[in-house]
Amino acid sequence: MGLMDLFKKKNSGDIAKDRLKLLLVSDRANCSPEIMEKIKNDIIQVISKYMEIDAEGLDIQITQTESEGNNGNVPALFANIPIKDMRHTSASD
Amino acid sequence: MSEVIVVTSGKGGVGKTTTTANVGTGLAQLDKKVVLIDTDIGLRNLDVVMGLENRIVYNLVDVVEGNCRMKQALIKDKRYPNLSLLPSAQTKDKSAVSPEQMVKLIDELRDEFDYILLDCPAGIEQGFKNAIAGADRALVVTTPEVSAIRDADRIIGLLTANEITRVDLIVNRLRMDMVKRGDMMNIGDVTDILAINLIGAVPDDEQIVISTNQGEPLVGTDCKAGIAYANICHRVLGEEVPYMDLEEKEGMWNKLKGMFKKN
Repeated sequence: MGLMDLFKKKNSGDIAKDRLKLLLVSDRANCSPEIMEKIKNDIIQVISKYMEIDAEGLDIQITQTESEGNNGNVPALFANIPIKDMRHTSASD
Repeated sequence: MSEVIVVTSGKGGVGKTTTTANVGTGLAQLDKKVVLIDTDIGLRNLDVVMGLENRIVYNLVDVVEGNCRMKQALIKDKRYPNLSLLPSAQTKDKSAVSPEQMVKLIDELRDEFDYILLDCPAGIEQGFKNAIAGADRALVVTTPEVSAIRDADRIIGLLTANEITRVDLIVNRLRMDMVKRGDMMNIGDVTDILAINLIGAVPDDEQIVISTNQGEPLVGTDCKAGIAYANICHRVLGEEVPYMDLEEKEGMWNKLKGMFKKN
């Protein structure tokens, strides 16, 4: 959410458009919420091997990003993974 | 050369049947030989929207099962000599017909008609598969709502997967007053999201309810929806028709009122 959005109440038409755009990206990628949840859990498992992360604060979603090669948007998996403690790595060695 | 067009949407209640009735009638008004086929077996509706419900003797399932000849089941619309309807069965269910049987039935009609319009049931199951089996192209109907657009996107994907490459979009039930104040997605928003060719936009119009009450399609009459449907028919034929101004025509009185409101 941008800074301006805090001051300006969005029209419901724009809200609908934004929601749909996100929804259709995951629909078209054939990625159900169940699969997303599984991916999320797997990511937590893998990363937790190396560092301590905030599993509660972890957020993943499929959005769109501009592709470098061909012009146009391609679906992308974005993950926001807050790290609690980096030292976890050396401690496990 | 005849063309088979399926009218579909995924979601129910967005105006498939109304669109089929009006586009079909409009094409007949343009001197094309048209047959409308109601493929919604078990829930037939196109006959009442067309005002032909009292003339049904045989139906689609009767033809498929060989209980009658095609000619006996087709209802000729007395208002338009070029227009016929093949009604659906009310007592059977969707499994009474297979996609292969639909293709055969449609092929039988190709010689006699220029346009074969298929009114598709809601959903993506057997009825949908039957309806798209014999189609050359599709008109996807949606309304500017998230649920209808989401379903339309799914339908477009399924049509492409079934090698129906010519898919055009009709945005139905636009309320320009709501679009104006930002509380409804506009035509550009919808076409951006679905990324297919727009063939028409139909405003929300009380006249549609009135015409359905009377069993008389309103295409070609002098109301906004009537003009919008007539334009769609011309575009279906491949003609370029400019998009009408859907904004409310303001009378002198409303204009004056508006001026005072702004200040």
